[in-house]
Amino acid sequence: MSENIRFHFDVDGENFTSAGEASVAVKKKLRQLGYPPDVIRKVSIAMYEGEINMVIHADGGTADVEVRDDEIVIVLADHGPGIPNVELAMQEGYSTARDNIRALGFGAGMGLPNMKKYTDDMVIDTEVGVGTTITMKVNL
Amino acid sequence: MKIGKIQELLGAQLLCGEEHLESEVYAACVSDMMSDVLAFVKDQGVLLTGLLNSQVIRTANMMDMVCIVIVRNKVPTEEMVSLAEDSGLVLMRSPLRAYEAAGALYLAGLGREVGDE
Repeated sequence: MSENIRFHFDVDGENFTSAGEASVAVKKKLRQLGYPPDVIRKVSIAMYEGEINMVIHADGGTADVEVRDDEIVIVLADHGPGIPNVELAMQEGYSTARDNIRALGFGAGMGLPNMKKYTDDMVIDTEVGVGTTITMKVNL
Repeated sequence: MKIGKIQELLGAQLLCGEEHLESEVYAACVSDMMSDVLAFVKDQGVLLTGLLNSQVIRTANMMDMVCIVIVRNKVPTEEMVSLAEDSGLVLMRSPLRAYEAAGALYLAGLGREVGDE
């Protein structure tokens, strides 16, 4: 059994400018490892959306990526406010982002639906006042 | 269409990525909403935008785009330019408005040779 490749990142919630750095790093590494472009694109877009969400809504968190034999697993965990109504949050266009975030080009209510679209499996584990953990899988 | 041709059509100033001016692109999109770029862009290689922050560059990078045109003569931050350089993207700024810039590229045939939905 070969050891799975793992990446761990702390996502800084204070700094919108640096948001996305973890996704860029993962994209670069997957490229170096020679994974197919469509897989890399799915992983990096889903992770980037999640990273932006953590910075906008949850004051940062952690991102873990594990490359297994048959899938890539991305786990994004935060101690933010949690998502009160996941069904509503999954609707395209629904957003609780404030105007200052929209002015930065985000908060169109496409983040979570887009993460689901680009991954083969997505599970949201959230509790109001405790935090949110999103686990996404992309098949290889 | 070659990226160099885009620069010429838009009267744009090149900020980085000179080595990619001979690269071919086949379609473009216009948006100031990076959320929408992430949700709707498929294979458009060029992003026209008036938004100025580092996430413009990261979004284009994630979507495998190759060229960003800042419209309305806005001046991108130094950080944007260095991020674009690091990402191997072409970054340019044009005095045209987004509508005019998109129109000029469309009239010249960009995005019309492939069936985009």
